[in-house]
Amino acid sequence: MALTKAEVSEHLYEKLGLSKRDAKMMVEEFFEEIRTCLEKGEQVKLSGFGNFDLRVKNERPGRNPKTGEDIPISARKVVTFRPGQKLKARVEESNND
Amino acid sequence: MTKSELIEKLIDKMDHLSAKDVESATKEILEMMAETLEGGDRIEIRGFGSFSLHYRAPRVGRNPKTGESVDLTGKYVPHFKPGKELRERVNLSLA
Repeated sequence: MALTKAEVSEHLYEKLGLSKRDAKMMVEEFFEEIRTCLEKGEQVKLSGFGNFDLRVKNERPGRNPKTGEDIPISARKVVTFRPGQKLKARVEESNND
Repeated sequence: MTKSELIEKLIDKMDHLSAKDVESATKEILEMMAETLEGGDRIEIRGFGSFSLHYRAPRVGRNPKTGESVDLTGKYVPHFKPGKELRERVNLSLA
């Protein structure tokens, strides 16, 4: 089962003894601060976890797959995530088959 | 923004909690996310995005210093797919 905000806040409630309301708010604000920062065009570096970077993509030719019509894909900013060394190592070590 | 700057911002916002609790909570959130990926599970945060693991097939690599070939085993790497709200908000400044 995938990890969701509900499970993260339940964990903060159990482990740190925050009220359910505060635990929920803490999780919401955590992701909101990261979004706000990226929205302003600034990189987010979470040591031990990874970096969220922004890349600017130029306009490129695209096509409507249904109609075959040519439509340009507009220039856009996209978020990319680069996992840090520590996270990569942890994932690699415990998921080797 | 670094992790300590993120903690500072959250301390300001969650001003009814102690700074210590906000710092522990932030670290717990990140640790729980790392543990989830470590356990091979996905993370799904609506409006933010999802993290999953992508498989990298085994390949023959090279030691860049010696040119010697090295057998690299298959491995899993974390992957992030931004959610709708994040994609849209990041793009507003260009739209």
